[in-house]
Amino acid sequence: MPLHTPLYDSHLAAGARMVDFSGWEMPIHYGSQIEEHHAVRRDAGMFDVSHMCALDLAGPDARGWLRRLLANDVAKLTTPGKALYSCLLNEAGGIIDDLIVYFFTAEHYRIVVNAGTAEKDIAWMQAQLAGFKAQLTQRRSGANALAMIAVQGPNARERFWTAFPASRAATEALGVFQAAEWRLPLSPVASPAAERGENWLIARTGYTGEDGFEITLPATDAAQTWRKLLDAGIKPCGLGARDTLRLEAGMNLYGQDMDEDISPYEAGLKWTVDLKDVARDFIGKSALAGKDARQVRNQFAGLLLLDRGVLRAHQKVITQQGAGEITSGTFSPSLNQSIALARLPVDVRIGNEVEVEIRDKRLRARVVKPSFVRNGQSLL
Amino acid sequence: MNTPANLKYAASHEWARLDADGTVTIGITDHAQEALGDIVFLDLPAVGRVVKAGDECAVVESVKAASDIYSPVSGEVVDINQTAADAPESVNADAYAAWLFRIKPTDSADCKAELDGLLDAAAYGATL
Repeated sequence: MPLHTPLYDSHLAAGARMVDFSGWEMPIHYGSQIEEHHAVRRDAGMFDVSHMCALDLAGPDARGWLRRLLANDVAKLTTPGKALYSCLLNEAGGIIDDLIVYFFTAEHYRIVVNAGTAEKDIAWMQAQLAGFKAQLTQRRSGANALAMIAVQGPNARERFWTAFPASRAATEALGVFQAAEWRLPLSPVASPAAERGENWLIARTGYTGEDGFEITLPATDAAQTWRKLLDAGIKPCGLGARDTLRLEAGMNLYGQDMDEDISPYEAGLKWTVDLKDVARDFIGKSALAGKDARQVRNQFAGLLLLDRGVLRAHQKVITQQGAGEITSGTFSPSLNQSIALARLPVDVRIGNEVEVEIRDKRLRARVVKPSFVRNGQSLL
Repeated sequence: MNTPANLKYAASHEWARLDADGTVTIGITDHAQEALGDIVFLDLPAVGRVVKAGDECAVVESVKAASDIYSPVSGEVVDINQTAADAPESVNADAYAAWLFRIKPTDSADCKAELDGLLDAAAYGATL
């Protein structure tokens, strides 16, 4: 039995082509993946990301526990609503998942993890909670379930404010990776959740390389919110466009560019491992410190295909320094050529020309930094 | 779904048309283009290549995935649609106009048997 988000009927009504994603029946596109991609780069698009799992963490040990659990350090979060991207590591330094954690107080955080890994993550987190005074509550299902909608693009915030003018004051000054709580006014939109006093969380975050918001709201508000965003001219976008957008932005996808056998150092995520506080002992820290030989063997890089074709995951990359592998590849609608993220031997340099095995051919590609398009502009 | 009555269809979603000059023109069906989504690259065979019915002969790549295209008949590739290769989205726009390649049958009697073994529009439509 496939799982459905609170917006399932909205997707069907919008003519979505639905596919399975980690057990969830989700829209892959609503007609044209490329048009949806361009809508986000040039105007505004929205994604149902309610299949991702929000977790609420509360208790006197919340902060201390997260400093032990995560490779990034939540101690740097001091402003309510401030968000942090981090890897969740196992003892061997492998990546169990990547996630975003929002700070409210030192005793209250919200964590958002990937759809397909949520059960595994929760089991791991519950096991690590032993001895800590804090409770973890999942918010993806049940009476207090939350929905998540990402509105992304250069005009996304303006269009969101057109749909919800009363939210502007609370969210206009938000910096990047900063969120604010907001309550839907009781009038003119009837919201049982607002009547119960439940807040939305509006965060200036995303997974596309464009400006915008990710809105976490009570599931009971989801369908009417989606409708109002549609009326404000925000184009529904499926998981297909989400993948090409994140790949152009050089953002990793869990399960594809990284997994439990890969450390953050091999996934281009060294910047998320915070070693500044030498007294802090997070899970995976000692393994990372002892894994120097492995750390330096591979690097995470981008590839730009010079010949015609399409790069895909698991294709072999041939370099003068040895073989590498593509972890994610696609056709870039913004650049009108194929791009990929790849793990390559560490001595390969940005600008080198390499070859990729595609079926019976070897095609030429150039090694570039693993970030291709941001804020509508090519970075090449 | 659009399945013109004058074409023959393979279960693997190619269409074939026997032309007056005895060659067979091959493309992918409207259902196939719709399932693939936005098509961005056509990897077409070399002219002169000799194929057997059922051989992989071309690859159609959408943003989402690569899909092998099989020749429904045996013969020699005598022409490829370079116009479609230069504008792969034309296959999405009209999968029956944007043909992929043309085969000159090795043997016209064998070719007739191969074409007779394909589905007609109604039978193909019933598989969708």
